[in-house]
Amino acid sequence: MALVLTEEQSMLRDSARGLISDKAPVAHLRSLRDSKDATGFSRDLWKAFAEMGFSGLLVPENFGGSGLGCVEAGVVMEEIGRTLMPSTFLSTAVLAASALSRGGSEVQKSAHLPKIADGSLLAALAVDEGTKHRPLQTNLQAVRSGNGFKLSGAKALVVDGHTADLLIVAGRTGGAAGERNGLTLFLVDPKVKGIAVERTVMVDAHNAARIEFANVEVDADHVLGEVDQGGALLEGLLNIGRGAVASEMVGLSEEVFGRTVTYLKERKQFGKLIGEFQALQHRAAQLYIDIEITRAAVLKALQTLDGDFEHASAAVAVAKARAGTTATLAVQEGVQMHGGMGMTDQFDIGFFMKRARVCQELFGDSNYHADQLARMKSY
Amino acid sequence: MSDLETFRHETRAWLEANCPPEMRRPMTSENDTYWGGRNAKFSSEPQRVWFERMRDKGWTVPDWPKEYGGGGLAPAEHKVLREEMAAMGARSPLSSFGIWMLGPALLKYGNEAQKKEHLPKIAAGLIRWCQGYSEPNAGSDLASLQTRAESDGDDYVINGQKIWTSYANYADWIFCLVRTDPTAKKHDGISFILFDMASKGVSTKPILLISGYSPFCETFFDNVRVPKSHVVGTVNRGWDVAKYLLQHERAMISGMGERGVGRPLGQVAADSIGADEQGRLEDAMLRSQISTFEIDEAALGAAAERAVDLAKAGQSHPAFSSAMKYYGTELNKRRHEILMSAGGIEALEWESERSRGGARPRAWLRTKANSIEGGTSEVMLGIVAKRILDLPGA
Repeated sequence: MALVLTEEQSMLRDSARGLISDKAPVAHLRSLRDSKDATGFSRDLWKAFAEMGFSGLLVPENFGGSGLGCVEAGVVMEEIGRTLMPSTFLSTAVLAASALSRGGSEVQKSAHLPKIADGSLLAALAVDEGTKHRPLQTNLQAVRSGNGFKLSGAKALVVDGHTADLLIVAGRTGGAAGERNGLTLFLVDPKVKGIAVERTVMVDAHNAARIEFANVEVDADHVLGEVDQGGALLEGLLNIGRGAVASEMVGLSEEVFGRTVTYLKERKQFGKLIGEFQALQHRAAQLYIDIEITRAAVLKALQTLDGDFEHASAAVAVAKARAGTTATLAVQEGVQMHGGMGMTDQFDIGFFMKRARVCQELFGDSNYHADQLARMKSY
Repeated sequence: MSDLETFRHETRAWLEANCPPEMRRPMTSENDTYWGGRNAKFSSEPQRVWFERMRDKGWTVPDWPKEYGGGGLAPAEHKVLREEMAAMGARSPLSSFGIWMLGPALLKYGNEAQKKEHLPKIAAGLIRWCQGYSEPNAGSDLASLQTRAESDGDDYVINGQKIWTSYANYADWIFCLVRTDPTAKKHDGISFILFDMASKGVSTKPILLISGYSPFCETFFDNVRVPKSHVVGTVNRGWDVAKYLLQHERAMISGMGERGVGRPLGQVAADSIGADEQGRLEDAMLRSQISTFEIDEAALGAAAERAVDLAKAGQSHPAFSSAMKYYGTELNKRRHEILMSAGGIEALEWESERSRGGARPRAWLRTKANSIEGGTSEVMLGIVAKRILDLPGA
């Protein structure tokens, strides 16, 4: 398959870009932050997303979606990255839709997927527990009890956890922390007894929550996939999430870079445009090259997820690691080259720096994925 | 089955039947590369067989038109052939600056007579070419070159000196930049001309490098007579040809690293310095360097694939080869720094049989030229800044 977008994918990009740049420029995020908005994103915009078919992008056609793939999800994520639009697209339309369509029973699919597609159901994936992303260290206990399980433990960095109507929770039904065996995914209604959701105000003004589970009863029908065998399903979901976040970082990097190059062509010091200085030209050129190479690696990962899902881990690790490193460099150079203006809250550049830090951490940072790649290659 | 799938099956079957097993192993020495030319010798019988079979199919230059000795493959078919050859580890049957550099320039700028004369001989490996670009005072600032070609009837008389001429001492012909108008601005008085290295007045002198090898020469021209018909393109517009050719040269150099062949670098290192009980490389810092390197290497591989696909879709920027050249050469230097570190004390031997004549340190030193030859990394970044980013005064 050619490593470029198809005509249909380019059209999807154009329509996503049109909507997002019009309705949700960086000023949109700024105003949600400044007003301390309780939701943290615009439900009206999510409706608009649903009307455009974006919420059902990954939902199979027989459940009311368009049945598209990770490349298409990445196309939308990249546009989200350009304006830092806070959206439940990643949690609901990418992760939850993939979780249900890949691991759900027919009953589970029928119950949730059409509502994801029409925009009426919001969901969140609860995996991380410790300081760093270590999915195999999942230790939230899920103990058999009657016709189901009792869940006890705590989750952190649950993206959009404060608004979710449905939680997808990784728990341990067997094995020890560090083992892949014994992991199980559960569909949990956040309103049931024993769940405490604390919205965490984040550095990037995006949305996440800490969620505590105290003997939360979950019916056996609400197990997603097989008991004890959820590790593979979870890893697959995380790979889809990693590809999506990597795409967001490509969009973010390219936007910061574009703004920075524009600034180099406008700002004068020593009687010259600062873009005339070779010290800055070479750094700008290096960053451009980094972004282009990362873009190719990310598209490669998304295509591999769509075409050869079981063997996509290496390509995904490469993409997420590269995207994290590239975005980190892009925002640092962006602030530095904007000089004092880059340090002001009034300038948008800082928003990109903050978001890049969160994206880097989400689903494993560059170090995590470099380590994973080394393990995959047995060294 | 689509036509392309049929082509893939046929190609795989043909390669299986025709590529000798010896030609499917990673190359280990200079002798494994066949360069062709008047004085060429095959280093082994399988090398000869493989070359001749590929030549007869036109697959030394798979995408050139058949009338010039090529395979006439469409870009998509060419990609399939490359993938199938890579999948079985098949070696390139013929290495040649004629294929990588001159050929594309002749196809674009040459007249019919020049194409008919030179391209089939390149395809068949009959003539080995070298490149007369750099001069002692024209390195990064190539357009300030001073080798002059003075008009004398139907000929030019060429005087001057080139340097860093790769394998000039083995080459049969040279493609050369000469100044045909000394009064014009520096980019406007240059012509691109071809001549026989056996011409009277041509001499070469190998340059000993830090690797102990002499892949480059100084090349001297003392009243060399060359027919005017040997100019490619328009007289005094040779810079256009030179730049076009440089794009191909940079693409070639950026692809020179041994990407994705042989054992993973981490395992090479583990063989050499050992692993802990969990199978992780004993040197944690080196392990981290290697995995970071492999991430960048895989990403560059994707970018190279994408560059071809963008070109096919008519969406590529002509200066992008400079970006790839920069990244590919810096990456290759990193690879060899890692290999030296992984080799440790073993990699310091220079002459022993055990070290295959110091192959590893010599290769390491050779890579230091990658970011200089064909345009330095700094020149590449300048080109990206100017032509792609459109930064002022670049």
